[in-house]
Amino acid sequence: MATTTLTKAPRGYDPAAATPFLEQLDRVKGGLPGGGLSWLDGLRDQGGARFAELGLPTVKNESWRYTNLRALDKLAFQPAADAGEAVRFDVLPTVRADGTTGPRLVFVDGRFRAELSSTAGLPTGVELLNLADVLARNPDLVAGHLGRIAAPDDQPLVALNTAFLADGPVLHVPRGVTVDETIELVFVSVGSEAQPTAFHPRGLIVAEADSRAVIVEHHVGLGSCTTLSNGVTEVFVGAGASVHHYKVQREHTESFHLSHTAAKVAGKGIYDNFILTIGAKLSRNEVNSVLDGEEGDTHVSGAYMVRGGQHVDTTTFIDHAKPCCTSREVYKGVIDDQARAVFQGKIIVRPDAQKTDGYQQNRALLLSDTAEIDAKPELEIYADDVKCSHGATVGELDDDQLFYLRARGIDKDTARGLLIGAFLSEALEEIAEESVRDAFQSYVANWQNAR
Amino acid sequence: MIEIKNLHATVDGKEILKGIDLTINPGEVHAIMGPNGSGKSTLSYVLAGRDGYEITEGSVSFCGKDLLEMEPEERAAAGLFLAFQYPVEIPGVANTTFLKSALNAIRKQRGEPELDAMQFLKLVREKTKALSMTDEMLKRAVNVGFSGGEKKRNETLQMAVLQPKFAILDETDSGLDIDALKIVAEGVNALRSPERSMLVITHYQRLLDYIVPDHVHVLAFGKIQRSGGKELALELEKNGYAEFGVNEAA
Repeated sequence: MATTTLTKAPRGYDPAAATPFLEQLDRVKGGLPGGGLSWLDGLRDQGGARFAELGLPTVKNESWRYTNLRALDKLAFQPAADAGEAVRFDVLPTVRADGTTGPRLVFVDGRFRAELSSTAGLPTGVELLNLADVLARNPDLVAGHLGRIAAPDDQPLVALNTAFLADGPVLHVPRGVTVDETIELVFVSVGSEAQPTAFHPRGLIVAEADSRAVIVEHHVGLGSCTTLSNGVTEVFVGAGASVHHYKVQREHTESFHLSHTAAKVAGKGIYDNFILTIGAKLSRNEVNSVLDGEEGDTHVSGAYMVRGGQHVDTTTFIDHAKPCCTSREVYKGVIDDQARAVFQGKIIVRPDAQKTDGYQQNRALLLSDTAEIDAKPELEIYADDVKCSHGATVGELDDDQLFYLRARGIDKDTARGLLIGAFLSEALEEIAEESVRDAFQSYVANWQNAR
Repeated sequence: MIEIKNLHATVDGKEILKGIDLTINPGEVHAIMGPNGSGKSTLSYVLAGRDGYEITEGSVSFCGKDLLEMEPEERAAAGLFLAFQYPVEIPGVANTTFLKSALNAIRKQRGEPELDAMQFLKLVREKTKALSMTDEMLKRAVNVGFSGGEKKRNETLQMAVLQPKFAILDETDSGLDIDALKIVAEGVNALRSPERSMLVITHYQRLLDYIVPDHVHVLAFGKIQRSGGKELALELEKNGYAEFGVNEAA
């Protein structure tokens, strides 16, 4: 006879892991911006309560099978202290040409740094603000959107972020407005020598109908203190609007980088997401894109390069909820030493979503015998008039190609570099904006040179 | 230029080259003819330094240096060039990037200044024109989507840009129609000089009508069975390799 053990927590979660975070929450709760607004208190409470029930996911959780968060338990993260103006920067990362400036928001350990930020050059009506200010002064701007697509229900880390929801970038582009300047969002992890530091940046992008914006997120680290960034960004793409959302994560290898991006795309809208991952000890990027109107289009692509003991997890979910939408996903990664990569790409085509055109490809290049990739593509198709293809490959550098290059005088390391660059370039080609593509390509080249 | 002495090589424990002796002087063009499986391609790969071949006996001296001790890229810098029978496709690497990297890598190893983008472009334009190649072929990824003829022209272009001292042409005629063969042969002939030697490896005599050798060798069963002048090629064309105990119909 089989016996069944009933526990309160669902399988695959560790509620005990929530305790230290909840204790912190009790301490900081009173000081969170916008406290007293009933909708906001409700949202945070919902996040806190759900996180208390679930705690951190464990490897018994199907979605977390290959990424183990137990390291977080042991580190006893504390909320970020206000770094204030103590931290100085000589150069902040940018994709702009030398000497040029443009709209930019800077966050240090999750907190807005006004003196490093600028909104000059934005068209009239475009709002580029930080969430803490918005919650304190004009909460109605975000009340209808916050927490509407990134729901805490089954996402313990979204729940955790929601409980601590305080600051992050807010972009609102009105109907019909095109923002020509690339908007840069810079997140610097600094942390503290005293203890591991956690922060939970919360972003919101609202692009109303027929508007257009290009956003680049830079995630970098300063120093070498242990940090945990647990970010959530919600993106609303209006009918006919297009949002190009690029991200590069180059944190140092003592950092933990968890990120959840949830987009909802209205009819004929375009949501274009690309993530380049180079840094962090452990990172996981979740990207969910829901095609919620006819003829919508989403691109969920990226590239990663990891070495040493790094772990990178890419978990994507594309939801074809309406007919005649297209999605395209191209992920390529290079894994060296004992590093490990995870790719989980799920595509759902709902019964109503006829004439769906979906394409998914993920390819990994293993540079050492101890490098590892776990790839799990999942297609669930409930409509019958659908074009959906996917492919996953894992390979090594091609000996014939290496020999051909060497036979022409190119030394082994340079030849390997050329082939790795060529492998990744196919993914980087997915970046439509030339200045962003060039900048990302230079990060790739720097990674290779750092060998 | 190059002196091969009693060269034995095995692949996966199987002996393919069973004692090759061959000396090529500056300015000479030698042809090696032989049936399939005689060891022709093994010889070219062993000389270029490809992994997977074990040299069990013998020596190869190239311009006074021990060739077998050198890495493939060092051999290229020393002036050895292998025109591949099957040029390798490299998606994602533009043909110009490849050519420029190769040329500058070789110049660097030789202690010569690297060419800048303008100098390189001028040089490569000149060479592509002579081979009836288009700028478009330079922009494409290395050999990707090239026809058989275009691939061989691309090999010849690399040879023209890198200016080797000693070039091995491995089955350059395979996969070429007569027009493509003529263009490639013209490109190769333009590179003949009193300082440059060549080793033309081929199954058929046809190529040797266009690239006329000074010496012809017959390779079969891993050894050079017979050597002679260019008339030997014509004789082989007529009589086949039966004389050497090879039954090609089998």
